[in-house]
Amino acid sequence: MDWMHMIMPIAGVPIFWPGLVILGFGVGIIGGFFGMGGGWMVTPGLNILGFPMAFAIGTDIAQMSGPSLISTMRHSRFGNVDYRLGATMVIGTVAGFETGAQIIMWLERIGKIDLYVRCGYVVLLTIIAAVVFTDAALRKKKERAALASGHALDALATGLEWHKKLHRIKIPPVVHFKRAGIHCSIWLPIAVSFLTGTLAGVLGIGGGLVRMPALIYLLGCPTHVAVGTDLFEVAISGLYGAASYSYKGRTELLAALIMLAGASIGAQIGSVATKYVKGYGIRVFFGVAVIGCAISIVLKILGVVAENMVKTFDLAATVLILGLVAALSLFILTKFVLGVREERAHRSREEELIHA
Amino acid sequence: MRKLAWRLSSLFALVLLPAQLLAASEPSDAVVLVTDTRKFHGWEAWWANLYNESHLLFAIVTIIVIPVCGVILGTLADLVMSRLGIDLRNRALAEH
Repeated sequence: MDWMHMIMPIAGVPIFWPGLVILGFGVGIIGGFFGMGGGWMVTPGLNILGFPMAFAIGTDIAQMSGPSLISTMRHSRFGNVDYRLGATMVIGTVAGFETGAQIIMWLERIGKIDLYVRCGYVVLLTIIAAVVFTDAALRKKKERAALASGHALDALATGLEWHKKLHRIKIPPVVHFKRAGIHCSIWLPIAVSFLTGTLAGVLGIGGGLVRMPALIYLLGCPTHVAVGTDLFEVAISGLYGAASYSYKGRTELLAALIMLAGASIGAQIGSVATKYVKGYGIRVFFGVAVIGCAISIVLKILGVVAENMVKTFDLAATVLILGLVAALSLFILTKFVLGVREERAHRSREEELIHA
Repeated sequence: MRKLAWRLSSLFALVLLPAQLLAASEPSDAVVLVTDTRKFHGWEAWWANLYNESHLLFAIVTIIVIPVCGVILGTLADLVMSRLGIDLRNRALAEH
């Protein structure tokens, strides 16, 4: 089965290329559905396939912009991308990302940077998961209360309403983001993106995992618009990351292109699947992904603490991440197939009625 | 007055904090990476040589090739999806 392995021109390692296509497909599906670049799943995946860690990180960031661009194009046609909001947030994201990188350099001088960063990551993910599930529970409560009083809950109602308080801060200039339906001070999205960019810089991730909930809970974006707008940002920051890592010589373009072949189909499936899943469904499954990610990092920390079991914990973390990617991809794929089948049946019924 | 002071200080913090942090010195990366081009032929050899000769050119080609291929593959996938009978222009759901 020699033809299934190819030597990467830059890293110089033989790689099982169908593994790259499958990984790209899974990342495309999950990224297109949740609005994430998927760095947390690609890096360990590439590392397992045989890439040295530095190349795994660089190639992951380089390939991120491709599927994100495809998903952004798709979400844009559904009206899910607020380009004005995305462009405004890029300012804060870039400044925040550089600030985060400076914090990392400061932490490096203190030492034990890995442990601090991983602990910070776990705390952050726990908070995000708690917020997501509290919000879903509060909305359910509102739904029950509305039903009991004989009304239907407004489709745009949310559980947590922090964004309403933040929208009341009217530091000029106040702007209106039409697609997202937000009317607020321009400093709010800049401040939020600066915060999320800093966190992304400190944690060494693309930022979708942090930015998506921030867009929903702090800015008040509808879930679908948050997914689309976040993907637009991931595409831009991915290009910046690709340039930076390529200049440092840590990317493998051939691997990124092979992954892109799988991701181009996966990203379309993930983006189209958002048509068939309600906004709150996306939020809850996002919460599940966040919990899985947090558990995998806890396992990594345990590996650092208990040095004699480092290999066992590392293996468990990798299995958990890849298992989570497979389960979520399968779930989204099922939703996509069922949704397409229903849509086609609905259309043929309509056509029959017209003919009749 | 307190409100105004808070607004002004938050505005200054937003503008000045990144500038202060960005003023810190950059670390130098002294490691030189070279790839072994002897085992490659054709475009692979050209690509590996480009990497060895100029990381800048290598970076420029990378950031051009990825989005261009993304757009081409995305458009092809679009065509396949349309052939499957999926409405790729409208979505009914618009709730939070």
